[in-house]
Amino acid sequence: MAQTVFAPWTDPVQKPLIEFRNVSKRFGDFTAIDNLSLTIYEKEFFALLGPSGCGKTTMMRMLAGFETISGGHILLDGQEISAVPPNKRPVNMMFQSYALFPHLSIWDNIAFGLKREGRDAAFIDERVDEMLRLTRMSRFARRKPHQISGGQRQRVALARSLAKAPKLLLLDEPLGALDRKLREETQFELMDIQEKTGTTFVIVTHDQEEAMTVASRIAVMDEGRIVQVDTPDQIYEAPNSVYVADFIGDVNLFSGTATARPVDMAAAPEPTVALDAEATAPRHDAALRDTVEANTATAQRLPAPDRKGDWLYDKLFRRFMGSRETAPRRLPPPSPAEVAAARAREAPARPADSAPAIKPGGILVDWADGQPPIIAANGDTAVAGEKVTFSIRPEKVTIDAEQPDRPNAYKGKVIDIAYLGNISTFHVELANGTMVKAQMVNARRLANRHITWEDEVWIGFSETAGVVLKD
Amino acid sequence: MKRFSWFNATSLSLGFAFLYLPMILLVVYSFNESRLVTVWAGFSTKWYGELFRDQEFLDAAWVTLKVGVFSSTLATVLGTMAAYVLVRAGRFHGRTLFSGMIYAPLVMPEVITGLSLLLLFIGIGLDRGVLTIVLAHTTFSMCYVSVVVSSRLTSFDRSLEEAALDLGCSAFAAFRLVTLPIIAPAVISGWLLAFTLSLDDLVIASFTTGPSATTLPIKIFSAVRLGVSPQINALSTLLIGIVTIGVITASVLTKRAAVAQVRDEQKAVRAA
Repeated sequence: MAQTVFAPWTDPVQKPLIEFRNVSKRFGDFTAIDNLSLTIYEKEFFALLGPSGCGKTTMMRMLAGFETISGGHILLDGQEISAVPPNKRPVNMMFQSYALFPHLSIWDNIAFGLKREGRDAAFIDERVDEMLRLTRMSRFARRKPHQISGGQRQRVALARSLAKAPKLLLLDEPLGALDRKLREETQFELMDIQEKTGTTFVIVTHDQEEAMTVASRIAVMDEGRIVQVDTPDQIYEAPNSVYVADFIGDVNLFSGTATARPVDMAAAPEPTVALDAEATAPRHDAALRDTVEANTATAQRLPAPDRKGDWLYDKLFRRFMGSRETAPRRLPPPSPAEVAAARAREAPARPADSAPAIKPGGILVDWADGQPPIIAANGDTAVAGEKVTFSIRPEKVTIDAEQPDRPNAYKGKVIDIAYLGNISTFHVELANGTMVKAQMVNARRLANRHITWEDEVWIGFSETAGVVLKD
Repeated sequence: MKRFSWFNATSLSLGFAFLYLPMILLVVYSFNESRLVTVWAGFSTKWYGELFRDQEFLDAAWVTLKVGVFSSTLATVLGTMAAYVLVRAGRFHGRTLFSGMIYAPLVMPEVITGLSLLLLFIGIGLDRGVLTIVLAHTTFSMCYVSVVVSSRLTSFDRSLEEAALDLGCSAFAAFRLVTLPIIAPAVISGWLLAFTLSLDDLVIASFTTGPSATTLPIKIFSAVRLGVSPQINALSTLLIGIVTIGVITASVLTKRAAVAQVRDEQKAVRAA
């Protein structure tokens, strides 16, 4: 599609359709909404997401006019609306229970708002028919609400709330009463109708999957506050807090202390921190094995002894071997042709060669004694020394029978396997008792699965797969 | 399990005999040829004919009807309003007291209600007659209406009213166009209840009546004091007939509506 990306919230010139300015709502001593500011733009499909009791429904009811506000301003198209009664607002709402009038036919239900507006009969006829066509309910126009199914009622409720062509449509858990399959279908239908009518939709839901599917932006709420407002992918991939990371989807959380990663530590994290030998030794072997093909490249690097080797040499070998050449041998600089040839040879072997592939910078997260720290190359070095939580999605954690060649790798045991058909989630217990969830796509049939309960496995993830969150 | 047993059959017939034998006796004797209520002299409907020629009885019937219609209509309006406020107003201080006060007249002895109303009417200098009976009957029957209507309103989905407001109705229009049609069955049965109560009230009516207004129960009561006449039997039979038909019609209508709704819903589920 040769379309510009729909993102009015990034455009400073765009005027918001809805603006909450420091809105508060108190019920007695209880503060439902606490000094909340938010802007929603025209044609957005905006989701208010949060657990029950977080204030999302109160926000919606304030927009509809069923709740007064205790402080602040709500603006619609730049006009203050907090004092306007619900029947005078260009806002319509689709209720969770659908609230279809049981004594009126489907047709009369849809025509209800238009009749209250005092439109002429021809206009009402045309508009109701249009709404019936939009929601594919024309066949049922003469039926009463109790004579149609739940999914059909949902569509009638939508048609009724859209009939008056509101500037803003509010949807209160619109799909909560539908079964899973129908809900998924209806989500796409909703998006389709939203696009066709160009109406701004604000949806309230506690179902994060639903919010992710339909919304252009999501506001994650907690206890009357908005924790994060962002596009679904940002919410998922770059949550700004442990709360958001934990609320949206499945997540592994490691809390620990951040330390800045040494800048020159381009290779694997060498044991400035105590590492158990078992965990690091095979990694080097693997790296070496994999780089045998790239012999020309490795030959140019001199094997350098580590601290123990130096000590051994100084105390013992120097006596009968003489002084050791310490300065690296220098070769003449390669000609451009040689460089090109070397690159061509090197390229295929490169992905397997993990050591230089680890992105530099970022931080290390010390999260447990006796376990190597987590390398988070995307972590902000400003948090060094602070308590942080490292969050990583299960689908970004791989699980292997042998030690994987990944920047972060930990040994553990499979405790539980949740088989979900398309994917399996493994619950792996690490040596220190931490449970980690790892997901694997079931590309092979179940019978061919090579990892099972009680297996010793390795989990691994890359240095940029997770997010470091400040506590 | 065996459904029929002599024990069950006996208890059932005893119970029903206890409830209905007096009424059956009354109905049977209303068709008695003889003037003596206790001696059977053959079948006849002549007492019914005499009843309709008796101007006093007809006047009393007319008064009763007027009182019934006016008082039950007034009671329905007030009772519905009271129920609406009590259910809708939510929690406020003294809510329990208010709802208790709505229900208190239900258990108040009629003599006391009648006496206090009489004192009030004398106090404010209101001439006793049809108007005072209507007011008195409204007073106690609106409690029944409000009980019936509020039980319907508590199960009423509040969001229906909000939807009406949302679609551009004023609060009153929402009530008229949405709430009232939906609670109409409860309001109608409240009206019927109020009407029936008014129809058979003797105590309160005799306290608040004046010389110009004699209701049927008062008429029957005073007639019986001079001796039971077959005419009274005929009148009572008619009253029993009216009440029976009313109750049966109301319950059949309610039942039929409920059955139709269940069937429609099942049909919808199958169609889905």
